[in-house]
Amino acid sequence: MHELSIAMGIVDAALDEAQRRGAKASAVHLRLGALSGVVKDALMFSYEVACQDTALQGSRLIVEDMPVIVFCAQCQETRRLESVQLFQCPECGTPTMDVRQGRELEVFALEVEE
Amino acid sequence: MSEPRLVEVRRNVLKQNDVIARALREQFRAAGVFVVSLVSSPGSGKTTFLEKTLTQLQPRYRVAALVGDLATENDAARLARSKAPVKQITTGTLCHLEAAMVQSALQEWDLHQLDFLFIENVGNLVCPSSYDLGENLRLVLMSVTEGEDKPLKYPTIFNSADVAVISKNELAAAVEFDWDAARTSIQSVRPGMQIFRLSAKTGEGMEAYLNFLSHQFAQQRPVAQV
Repeated sequence: MHELSIAMGIVDAALDEAQRRGAKASAVHLRLGALSGVVKDALMFSYEVACQDTALQGSRLIVEDMPVIVFCAQCQETRRLESVQLFQCPECGTPTMDVRQGRELEVFALEVEE
Repeated sequence: MSEPRLVEVRRNVLKQNDVIARALREQFRAAGVFVVSLVSSPGSGKTTFLEKTLTQLQPRYRVAALVGDLATENDAARLARSKAPVKQITTGTLCHLEAAMVQSALQEWDLHQLDFLFIENVGNLVCPSSYDLGENLRLVLMSVTEGEDKPLKYPTIFNSADVAVISKNELAAAVEFDWDAARTSIQSVRPGMQIFRLSAKTGEGMEAYLNFLSHQFAQQRPVAQV
C-alpha cells in the first residue's frame, strides 16, 4: 500500500500551490486515472492522515475518476475502455496500447479562500 | 468570509519522481548501460531468475544489480554468488522503489563500466507500477504456480510492463498450467507484449530470453561505441 506516500505528495503539492497564491485551500480536486495504480478508498483514508497538523487539516479531497481513453487505429477514433482488463477497441475489437488518458495522478484544482 | 474560488493548478503528484527518473534515463543513455527493472509477486522466483540472468550474461557483458527488499539483505547475498556487483536497497516499510533510491544507490558506481544494470523491485504487483525508475525495459515476472489469471487481477502493472516472463516452467505440468489462458490474459491487458516461458532452474527457455536482451542492448547502444 503506497497510498499514504501518494497522499503526502498530494498534500505537499496542494500546500505549495496554495502558499504561492497566498491562500488557504479548503478542498483539493484530484484527477485519478484508472491506470494510476492508486486505490481510491485507501487514498481517501490516507489523505485525512496526511493533512493532520498542516494548513490542509479539515480540507476535502475530491477525486475525479479518469477512465482509460485509447485511440483505435482501425476506427481512427478515441474510445473509452470498458475495462482495464481488456485493451481493445470496444467498437471493433482491435487491440490497442495507444493510451490517451487514464494514467493521471494530478492535483487539478484547489478551492481557495482568500 | 468570501466564497471559495476554484483555481486550476494542474500539478502531477509524482513529478518529483518523474524528474529524477528522467535524469537517470539520460545518465544511463550517456553511459551506454541498458537498464532492466523486474517486478513480480513475492515468491515468483525473481531472485533465482536474476541470479541465472547475471551468471549467464557475464561471459559476454559487464552486469550489475540493485535489489530492493523490505527488511533483509538475503537477496543481495544470494545474488552475490553470481560474482556480479550487487547492491541492496532496503526499503524498510516502503512497498516499492522510487527513482531517488536508485539514484542514491548508484552514487558510488561508475555506470560507464557496465553494459547491463538490473533493478529488482520489491515483490509487489501493485505499488511499483506508479514509479518510473528511468529503466529502459520493465520486465514483469510471474510463475506457473501463480495462476493464469494473474494479469487480469493486476492489469495496471502488466499494462505498464514491456516484456513478460513466465517462470518455473519445470512445474507447469504438475500445476496443470494453461499456457493459452495465460497468454490470453497477458495479451488482454497488454496487447503485443512479448512473452518468454522459461525455467531458471533447468535453463530451459533461457536462451531465447537472453538473446532478446542482447538484441535490446545492441539496439540501444550508441553508435559511437567501438
